[in-house]
Amino acid sequence: MSETTADPTGATAAGDSSRRVSGVSIRLEGVTKRYPGQAAPAVDAVDLHIPAGEMVMFVGPSGCGKTTLLKMLNRLVEPTSGKIFLGDEDVTGQDADALRRRIGYVIQAGGLFPHMTVATNVGLVPGMLKWDKRRIAARVDDLLELVGLDPEVYRDRYPRELSGGQQQRVGVARALAADPPVLLMDEPFGAVDPITRQRLQDELLRIQEELGKTIVFVTHDFDEAVKLGDRIVVFDVGARVVQYDTPEAILASPAEEYVTDFVGAGATLKQLTLTRVGEVELRTPQVARAGEDAADVVRRASAAGEQYVVVVDRRGRPISWPSVAELSRASTVPATVDQRLPVVDLRSTLNDALDTMLAASQGGVVVTGRDGVAGVMVVETVMAAIQRTRDEVQG
Amino acid sequence: MWEYVLDRRGQIAHQSLQHLSLVLQCVVLGTLLAVGLAVLVYRRPKALAAANAVSAVGLTIPSFALLGLLLAPFGFGVTPAVIAVTFYAALPVLRNAVVGLAGVDRSLVESARGIGMSRLATLARVELPLAWPVVLAGIRVSTQMVMGIAAVAAYVLGPGLGSFIFSGLSRLGGANALNATLVGTIAIVLLALVLDVVLVLVGRLTTSRGIRV
Repeated sequence: MSETTADPTGATAAGDSSRRVSGVSIRLEGVTKRYPGQAAPAVDAVDLHIPAGEMVMFVGPSGCGKTTLLKMLNRLVEPTSGKIFLGDEDVTGQDADALRRRIGYVIQAGGLFPHMTVATNVGLVPGMLKWDKRRIAARVDDLLELVGLDPEVYRDRYPRELSGGQQQRVGVARALAADPPVLLMDEPFGAVDPITRQRLQDELLRIQEELGKTIVFVTHDFDEAVKLGDRIVVFDVGARVVQYDTPEAILASPAEEYVTDFVGAGATLKQLTLTRVGEVELRTPQVARAGEDAADVVRRASAAGEQYVVVVDRRGRPISWPSVAELSRASTVPATVDQRLPVVDLRSTLNDALDTMLAASQGGVVVTGRDGVAGVMVVETVMAAIQRTRDEVQG
Repeated sequence: MWEYVLDRRGQIAHQSLQHLSLVLQCVVLGTLLAVGLAVLVYRRPKALAAANAVSAVGLTIPSFALLGLLLAPFGFGVTPAVIAVTFYAALPVLRNAVVGLAGVDRSLVESARGIGMSRLATLARVELPLAWPVVLAGIRVSTQMVMGIAAVAAYVLGPGLGSFIFSGLSRLGGANALNATLVGTIAIVLLALVLDVVLVLVGRLTTSRGIRV
């Protein structure tokens, strides 16, 4: 099932040829959808090529046909005319059920079946593909790990026992279950709160970095498109492709007045969405483990001239961010978890970081990477970035 | 009265079993027919309206009249009794099955289709299990209702506790007439209560923990 064929045209993600690619390209030729009784087609003769292993975002106003177009890729909506290719294979006439089992599909809130446990939900597609039970169980555990849910804890839970964000993770795990080369996501993060959405986005970027699927992602949120997309397709009514380019290019030179309007007036600030936390200068904080001798830590921090210390748990994840003064009152470093601790990922955007700081009313965030704490970022860094883009725009 | 019960405990037990068996078989048959019909109509607005009208109007037909009408083609005996009881058993289930199936979140159905479940698998694994609690509520209503209707079936010489009631009523004033009528009625009420408890248990056992309320 998992095909590792690279896109024949050799167009891999934005100049990064080292990235792993397990997806296949998608090609649309004159894909059209007409509904009876409507004068204008909902989707009008769309030609589009989506390179293998890229995340392509469909954005546009509601009713522009972007969701219809997405649903034609797995034939939940049958095209009236036109052809759809996965790799070199024309799938337009194939059995729709068989086709869908090799295209992952994620919708808002995950679309989980409430009467099935997490494990049953995730194992559905492998089950339909007649995998044996043990292989399915092992795969389910792997996938739950991949989306950051402990299998021991979550395997036997029912969807209603999960938070919105956790349901969404399970939805992604279910879509990835049979290792499909293509993933379709229909406004998956629309129903969760902003902070959860940002974490889910970071997770998706991490997973995509690991797997290199071809992902088509529908959203109405342009910031989300800029953050996640290797490329963005901006649609107008009838799924007319107005612009199809990298986020940088679309922000730098919108193709039409329409795109400018859609991108919004804050295009300079949108540059914040283009810059990742990992791309700016981070400060290296003093890190202490919970349970360490507080006096030692205080001495270390004072020697380094630091006012604050990032406390991590046994697995190296940040749990709180006390001041040296607070620590000097304790004998050992406390293991209390600060629920409001502002944390972002290296893949988060400066925009996310700023949001997180504001939400926590703090002047900085702890940045985590693959191996725990990667540094801290302060609000001044964001300000400097804004100033820089301003200068660039004016000069 | 107690003597009457003791004297005829064999007959009472026999007729109770007959009654129970008639009701259970007719409810099962009626449920299968009703759910089958609901599956056929719930996606078609016109057929759905027709089904709802049938289940509403059907319940207004007096059971006595229906049994009488069934006598002409089928004669006395079990056949008209089973037809009439099944008919009434099916109606509440039909209504609830239609409501239950129509109430399944469309996005879940689309999600099932989107991950490659066939139309039939979607129905069997997603729609029917989710509609089940509502269907079961219909089954409970219909069981209670046809307990009484099955008694009327004694009019066409069908099996069951109705024979006590009818024989008692026909000889009112005579010896043991009141006893016979009371025994029939009370036995039906008791059976109905027991069956309802059983159905509640069935509901607990057959409803997923994920959708139990």
